[in-house]
Amino acid sequence: MKILVPLKRVADPDNANKVKIASDGSKVTSEGLEWKLNPFDEYAVEAALRITENAATNARLGEVVVVSLGPAEAKQQVTQALAMGADRGMLVEAADEALDASVVVDVLEKVVAEEKPDLILAGKQVVDGDSNQVAQMLAQRLGWPQATFAAKIETDAGLKTALVVREVDGGVSKLKLTFPAVISVDLRIVAPEGVKNGNTPAEKKYNDGPRYPSLKGIMQAKKKPLALKKPGDFGVTPNPRLEVLKFEPPPARKAGVKVPDVETLVAKLKNEARVI
Amino acid sequence: MPNVLVIAELFEGKVRKGSLSAITFAREAAAIVGGGFDLLVLGPGAKAAAPSLAKYGAGKVLAGEAGEYVAEAYAPLVAKNAAGYAVVCATATAMGKDLMPRVAEHLKAGMASDVVKVANQGGLVLVRPMYAGNVLAHVKVKTPVAVVTVRQAEFEAAAETGGASPVADAAASPAEAAAARVAVAGFEKVVSARPELTDARVIVSGGRGLKSGDNFKIIEQLADLLHGAVGATRAAVDAGFVPNDLQVGQTGKIVAPQLYIAVGLSGALQHLAGMKGSKVIVAINKDPEAPIFTVADYGLVADLFQAVPALVTELKKVVA
Repeated sequence: MKILVPLKRVADPDNANKVKIASDGSKVTSEGLEWKLNPFDEYAVEAALRITENAATNARLGEVVVVSLGPAEAKQQVTQALAMGADRGMLVEAADEALDASVVVDVLEKVVAEEKPDLILAGKQVVDGDSNQVAQMLAQRLGWPQATFAAKIETDAGLKTALVVREVDGGVSKLKLTFPAVISVDLRIVAPEGVKNGNTPAEKKYNDGPRYPSLKGIMQAKKKPLALKKPGDFGVTPNPRLEVLKFEPPPARKAGVKVPDVETLVAKLKNEARVI
Repeated sequence: MPNVLVIAELFEGKVRKGSLSAITFAREAAAIVGGGFDLLVLGPGAKAAAPSLAKYGAGKVLAGEAGEYVAEAYAPLVAKNAAGYAVVCATATAMGKDLMPRVAEHLKAGMASDVVKVANQGGLVLVRPMYAGNVLAHVKVKTPVAVVTVRQAEFEAAAETGGASPVADAAASPAEAAAARVAVAGFEKVVSARPELTDARVIVSGGRGLKSGDNFKIIEQLADLLHGAVGATRAAVDAGFVPNDLQVGQTGKIVAPQLYIAVGLSGALQHLAGMKGSKVIVAINKDPEAPIFTVADYGLVADLFQAVPALVTELKKVVA
């Protein structure tokens, strides 16, 4: 059983309002902001580790390979995933500006051909580009089935199939997938019972959230294989399907007034805003 | 020659209201790329639902009976019917987000997600938010076909314009191998008397300040009094107070109701990204420094456990 997890580094999403747009609108910079692993990608790593372990015996049931596209500095985020427990890493060096979903898919397609994973576990979206495309496009490119926005994953004990629970408009949808497949994860996947793999005892409740790298994990990560590649190594020349003409700030919303009590609030909603 | 194809979505045999936003987008896009737009509706009951789409001014309505929705089966159907169109669009619902990237890859097309505006600059320019709505990117799709998902909160639901678009059968497409490896294993409908978040005129949202799922009852009381929907922050969802489909924010639902009442939530960036398009925003929070007050039209610095019941009492005097 092998799981491939694509990763991206993003500017600290808790400070996304501090990104700067060049005065000519040509680019977005995030100077002064910390780089982080995209939160949904971190959840995907956690889910991959839960699928490939027996948490009662600590036995590993498979391999987790993480791959990132980004600048050389993104090695830090790949290493973070290795410190969490992923087995091997790969960084395909490319400038963020040269990437759109189709370029990422071009490279991942080749990585998949080389690695032959049974499952690709991805975050549902990166929180800088907010496009939410790569997992679905990759699934189509590979001719694999997909389950997006997974809130829960239950695999069979042999790790050949998964029942995926998805919170969608108007209800909860369940899909049964036969691997190889692509699953993109939503935030609930890291809930204590987000993943069941038929090996870890069913009553096991994980800590909420992605695991922190242990000191031992951090030490081990330094020795784990981390391959450095370029798109050209896979015969890919980045050729985005989208062209950004310019970036601009959104219209600003002005702060209103503070009201002293609920009576004033109701009066204003009724007589001034006229929304009740 | 119609140049834009709109994918309309069915839920329980009826066209989702959200799809009407994609029609508005299609009208605006067609004004730029030339021609008009057609509609495509797929799924169980598509043919019965097609006439309900005939009064929006489409060149034609293509209807195709199909099994329950899975992206693996619908993407090739949409791609097949998309031949000859310059723009293929759907509203960014859970289905739109799931389906359209797969369609784009099928068509080897570039895709712009969650488009909020169109512009004409020697061709169709699509404006879309990035960085939790803190940046708007103007993008051009370089491929012959552009695939688009449309943010419902930013495009009004299309009104009927009369007429009667002819209804025709959608083209069929043979199943692809991927469809054999996925099966729908159930759908549990959330039964609620409240409107859907993306359709609601009023939304009352709670955050971590509610302290428990039980305490969301006071949010529900206020919402019900105003015939509104209940929303929540990611923090409240993370804490397990409410299900994720109530999440408003960058990674949840994007909403723009007439009235948004934010209760016990600080106003994290990722939440603001989902609601700052609301017409009127009310914030109730005991922390006067909470960032939510920077976007609120009316702010009340108060303990929510006193203020919300008091607000319910006061509102009962003025609303039926």
